[in-house]
Amino acid sequence: MNPVVRSLRQVGASLAGAKAGLASRWNAMGPTQRLSAYVLGVLALYLAPWWTEIPLLGSIVDTPGTQFTTVLSDRVIIFVLVALGLNVVVGLAGLLDLGYVGFYAVGAYTTAILTSSHASLPWLLALPVSIAVSMVFGVILGAPTLRLRGDYLAIVTLGFGEIIRLSAKNAEWLGGSRGINDIKHPPSIGPLKFGVVDPKPYYWLGLTMVFAVMFLLHRLENSRVGRAWVAIREDEDAAELMGVDTFRFKLWAFAIGAAVGGLAGVQYAGKVGFINPDNFPLLLSILFLAAVVLGGSGNMHGAILGGILVSYLPERLRNFQDKRVFVFGVALVLVMVFRPEGLLPKKVGTRKAVAAPGEGGAQ
Amino acid sequence: MRDWLLYRTFWDLTITGLALGSIYSLVALGYTLVYGVLRLINFAHSEIFMVGTFGALMASQEFLGIPMLEDGGYPYRTGFMLIVFLVFILLCAMVFSGLGAVALERVAYKSLRGNGDLFGAVVLAFLTGFVVSMVFVDDTLANVIVAAILTAPITMGYMSLFRRGKQSPRLAFLISAIGASTAIAEAMAIWGPEKREQYQTPRILEKDVLFSFLGADVRVDNVIVIVGALLMMVALTLFVNKSRLGRGVRAVAQDAETARILGVNVDMIILVTFALGGVMAGGAAMLFTLVYEQSRFNIGFILGVKSFTAAVLGGIGNLKGALLGGLVLGLVENYASAVFGGQWKDVVAFVVLLVVLMFRPTGLLGESLGRARV
Repeated sequence: MNPVVRSLRQVGASLAGAKAGLASRWNAMGPTQRLSAYVLGVLALYLAPWWTEIPLLGSIVDTPGTQFTTVLSDRVIIFVLVALGLNVVVGLAGLLDLGYVGFYAVGAYTTAILTSSHASLPWLLALPVSIAVSMVFGVILGAPTLRLRGDYLAIVTLGFGEIIRLSAKNAEWLGGSRGINDIKHPPSIGPLKFGVVDPKPYYWLGLTMVFAVMFLLHRLENSRVGRAWVAIREDEDAAELMGVDTFRFKLWAFAIGAAVGGLAGVQYAGKVGFINPDNFPLLLSILFLAAVVLGGSGNMHGAILGGILVSYLPERLRNFQDKRVFVFGVALVLVMVFRPEGLLPKKVGTRKAVAAPGEGGAQ
Repeated sequence: MRDWLLYRTFWDLTITGLALGSIYSLVALGYTLVYGVLRLINFAHSEIFMVGTFGALMASQEFLGIPMLEDGGYPYRTGFMLIVFLVFILLCAMVFSGLGAVALERVAYKSLRGNGDLFGAVVLAFLTGFVVSMVFVDDTLANVIVAAILTAPITMGYMSLFRRGKQSPRLAFLISAIGASTAIAEAMAIWGPEKREQYQTPRILEKDVLFSFLGADVRVDNVIVIVGALLMMVALTLFVNKSRLGRGVRAVAQDAETARILGVNVDMIILVTFALGGVMAGGAAMLFTLVYEQSRFNIGFILGVKSFTAAVLGGIGNLKGALLGGLVLGLVENYASAVFGGQWKDVVAFVVLLVVLMFRPTGLLGESLGRARV
């Protein structure tokens, strides 16, 4: 064994040791302590716009060129929401979706149409309508295509994303390639002013959405629907034989994934106030998928981590300038070669088996 | 609707559509071959095509010294020399693409199949060292030197970190492919001859009208593309169906485990498959530069998506399907751009794909390289 491997192994071992230590301390905590730890963690996240003020941490996290809070509100939150939604489709139900940007675009465009170009509803009213419309699009795409096998689904969804973008680009009713501007912002509540200058309220709103979506998806994951999804992912034929209505549950996965993607679109449109078809390129679908798989598809926390990394790191590495995309590509290959299940792999097996200490790697 | 345009120019559109479709078909073959053998969407195949266009550029500009002349007064050649030039450029593009595809397989996919080898480890180690040193120094030469020094120790580390004997989940292959695709395209954009700009490739032959077909002018380059693509596809089909290696390809496509047990060197066959796909992409790249006389670092992306669509349309894993799918897609796009306008042609192409898959879920001709024949 050579010294590099030995030192890598040692780092790995000490990390694992630290993790085990944290876990045992966590298990030893009483309920009040745990609750306060949660509250502190959530509070720290809500205070993220001020992280750059902290001496050491600030210089590490601050993004050159763009204000840190803007990166959080315009990119990180959006990517995390999208990764959560896509994780339902790809990670839980195991359906390969290469056109997820389509739903994101539908959400954003519906908000834009309803609040600016063809009606002047308030943003708050446009929100549920846009989510519903995205969901309908999920069903429209899913109903004819979900009977296809995995890889055919990939190309069909990819085509769907392109159809949405090109339709928006070519239809004058949808603003054409100029796009739609003057999209309404969320309503201001007391001191929380959703304007053009301050990105903080948008970040807080987005973070709240993330927590809400996490809660709902967590409940869904541990329900009959979630178990059906995992069964379909692991072996569709077996699931069908065991009486799971696979088509219906796949359609549900598509619809719910589309709804979350649409929500991200609404949040994005409400923040930037201006969208055009170039905001929704095919490449974005691929970045979304990369986020989910990089973080660990099938594990909600993995997807969140992936979303944060894929959206934040390119901004942090601005001084790489035009080389950062190259770095990103190399990093994707490296992570997949050495951690093919993603950075935070999904847990497989029964909940008991997961709780048992020891073997952490999946399969 | 501008259907009058379709009637008036139908045969013109047919000829150019067939030429475009032939290029789609050639690239689609690469997707289909790899998919047939590995059940993998080789997302980086589009970049193999892009590398081929650069190979063609190198061959015609550097090796043959064909000048770029703006006024169209190129010193065109005829007869024997023209054929020699064309074949030489074709071979160069094929070598570039073929080697690219083989390297891609060994670096980005082989270790995911649980067979990581020294070559992959060295390349990955070099890239790691390169990227890490980029954090500290913004100078390519210094990065290369640092990376070269770091390669040996990191390689040893990677060799022992490879997950030997463990097949990775299919999504990991796809993401690795996407990463490799991004890295290759960006490398060309950063260090390539024209950086991020579009560039012109020199004109090799005069594009005379060869003959008239039902009122449509048939140019020399269209004929070369269609005939050349057909010849390459016939050669590939013969190779896969008649040769010993081709039999191996078919065996692995049908059942890799059984093939291994029966003595087929599966890794070798996979390498051959990638090389075949790469060579076809190189051929497509040469024909592409012949007709369109341009390339760019990101030219592969859209063309790759289209070609993959063509492969699925015809029935992925099926060589004849790739041919049919490519031609159908090229024709549909051309007719659609006449009827609805150029901006709608991609929409029409994808809608056609959707409709075809609804009624024939495995494409026009079905899957055949592998499972359908079992």
